[in-house]
Amino acid sequence: MTVLDVEDLRVDIRTPTGRLPIVRGVSFTLARGTTLGLVGESGSGKSMTALAIMRLLPQAADVSGAIRLHGEDLLQADETRMCRIRGDRIAMVFQEPMTALNPLHRIGDQIAETLVLHRDMARRAALDEAARLLDRVGIREAQARLSAYPHQLSGGQRQRVMIAMALACRPDVLIADEPTSALDVTVQAQVIDLLRSLVDEFGMALILISHDLGVIGRLADRVMVMYGGAIMEQGSTKAVFTTRAHPYTQGLFAALPGRGARKGRRLAAIPGTVPAPDALPAGCPFYGRCPRGQDVCRDNPPPVVEIGGSRAACFFPGP
Amino acid sequence: MLALLVRRVIGLVLTLLAAAVVVFVVMEVLPGDPAAVMLGVQATPETLAALRTELGLDRPAPVRFATWIIDLLQGDLGISYTYRVPVAGLIAERLTITVPLALLSIALSTAIALPLGILAAARHDRPADAGIMVFSQIGVAVPNFWFALLLVLLFSVTLGWLPSGGFPGWQAGIGAAFAALALPAISLALPQAAILARVTRSAVLDALGEDYVRTARAKGLTRAATLRRHVLRNALIPVVTIMGLQFSFLLAGAIIIENVFYLPGLGRLVFQAIAQRDLIVVRDIVLLLAAMVIFINFAVDVLYTLIDPRLRGQRT
Ligand SMILES: Nc1ncnc2c1ncn2[C@@H]1O[C@H](COP(=O)(O)OP(=O)(O)O)[C@@H](O)[C@H]1O
Ligand code: SF4
Ligand SMILES: [Mg+2]
Repeated sequence: MTVLDVEDLRVDIRTPTGRLPIVRGVSFTLARGTTLGLVGESGSGKSMTALAIMRLLPQAADVSGAIRLHGEDLLQADETRMCRIRGDRIAMVFQEPMTALNPLHRIGDQIAETLVLHRDMARRAALDEAARLLDRVGIREAQARLSAYPHQLSGGQRQRVMIAMALACRPDVLIADEPTSALDVTVQAQVIDLLRSLVDEFGMALILISHDLGVIGRLADRVMVMYGGAIMEQGSTKAVFTTRAHPYTQGLFAALPGRGARKGRRLAAIPGTVPAPDALPAGCPFYGRCPRGQDVCRDNPPPVVEIGGSRAACFFPGP
Repeated sequence: MLALLVRRVIGLVLTLLAAAVVVFVVMEVLPGDPAAVMLGVQATPETLAALRTELGLDRPAPVRFATWIIDLLQGDLGISYTYRVPVAGLIAERLTITVPLALLSIALSTAIALPLGILAAARHDRPADAGIMVFSQIGVAVPNFWFALLLVLLFSVTLGWLPSGGFPGWQAGIGAAFAALALPAISLALPQAAILARVTRSAVLDALGEDYVRTARAKGLTRAATLRRHVLRNALIPVVTIMGLQFSFLLAGAIIIENVFYLPGLGRLVFQAIAQRDLIVVRDIVLLLAAMVIFINFAVDVLYTLIDPRLRGQRT
């Protein structure tokens, strides 16, 4: 069953020097109980795609396309309607657990706030539910922790609090934007395990954003590889990970740590840097960094080709 | 929390003592022998020496300092050379004007600045914001005594609504007393409000850019509810800091404004006392003003810990 259906999503940011295309025609569907992994280098437009779905883009952004939640187009919804949907039907966990919680409020109150808002609960009942949620996300002595302030928790614990907060109303869609990127490796693994068990238990759909293919591989059913605001390749995790039809996907895999690189050496990242949104070529965004690039790639939008169950936007796809 | 408070109180007492030492030393090195001033041109060396003994001026400085402090603690501020009355009574009487004036100014300045600053931030880069910024720019640029003159011209001379100076005394009734304080308070408050509005605006804008604001919006809170519940308290920290700093400017401003409006407050008293070399009065008032500033800083410190849990407990 399709929960979320995104069609030709475009985000432009108005600047004094012109409009910057940040997200350029992203389309995907998300089924109940499944996880979509959104992967790409920093600056690819992943967070902007997520914020567009939340309708929380900066004021200077213009959005077009359609974002249908159970068939209702969120781009047509007014702000009052969006406030009902946010935190209730779609929730989001952010990258920075250190700054994403309000330093002046107790964590119990911050979780309870969502329940009071959407479930019309009394504060007392909401705090009881907050304690159950904290316990569920693996915070020990949850009842006592309700009155802790964010600075009294570790980074991993704060991210668990963020997850508890996002889950409070059992949303249909959870967007987790780099939820583990700011954590130590061991804590990362714990949080990934937690997310996996929560998706199974709650049956919600998860959009997991990461620049780390390892994290995506462990959680996602489907993968969307993003670059320069556009989708380079998408398909089931198995298909994308085995076929690697798109040269950009291949580049991401080649840049994974622990592959043919000697210890202590900086790993082979993809040569070159992510171009600024106003410096993208007219054709394929990866042109200029792509080892296979030809003149045709520079000037024409590449076709979408299906190879081994994976769909790649490329003139010369294939392993 | 309690240990923190105890540490703060000890700090407060030490600061007050240091202030007293500074005030005392400055008065020592200032030229002018009070006894000579009091006796005037008829002074003979003998009468001078007798008066100096009577005033205790012949004793060594540390003894005089200790006596001063011990007397102060007992509420005895000495006798004014010129007025020939206890300084304590003199100051207490003047405070009945200066304290209400200061409180009125702070209340006015806060009541004007906070809503305007918040409004400007909430309407960032829109006409309301631009308008508020222009007005506050003018408020920052205009000195308060000049502003006082403009107010007098408008409300006293032209419209005749409010007195242009003097104070009828509280016995003349609350209405008359407040009418006399209105223009001085406004002159003091507006320049401060202009600065405070700017600080509030930028504090709110800073807080609005924080990650927890995005989290609050992602929870489904409206823009207004986010501002109310998550932004304002965070923005309060820099605002309280500036209000504390402004208090000393307010006291300095009160000295000028009381003279502009002929208000018999502390500011006028210290002005006259300096002119007449009534050093006991000057010394006590200066210490009192310093103590007020120190107390306000203490209050600001305590407020910080009330606002921000990160400053309570644990660390040092
Ligand atoms: N407020 C903004 N104004 C202009 N450009 C922006 C703004 N926010 C992000 N961008 C640009 O949008 C692009 C995509 O950013 P983002 O979605 O954060 O990437 P990712 O999450 O994949 O790292 C980047 O090139 C970034 O510089
Ligand atoms: S379209 Fe051309 S430039 Fe783009 S990824 Fe494919 S081969 Fe490379
Ligand atoms: Mg991002």
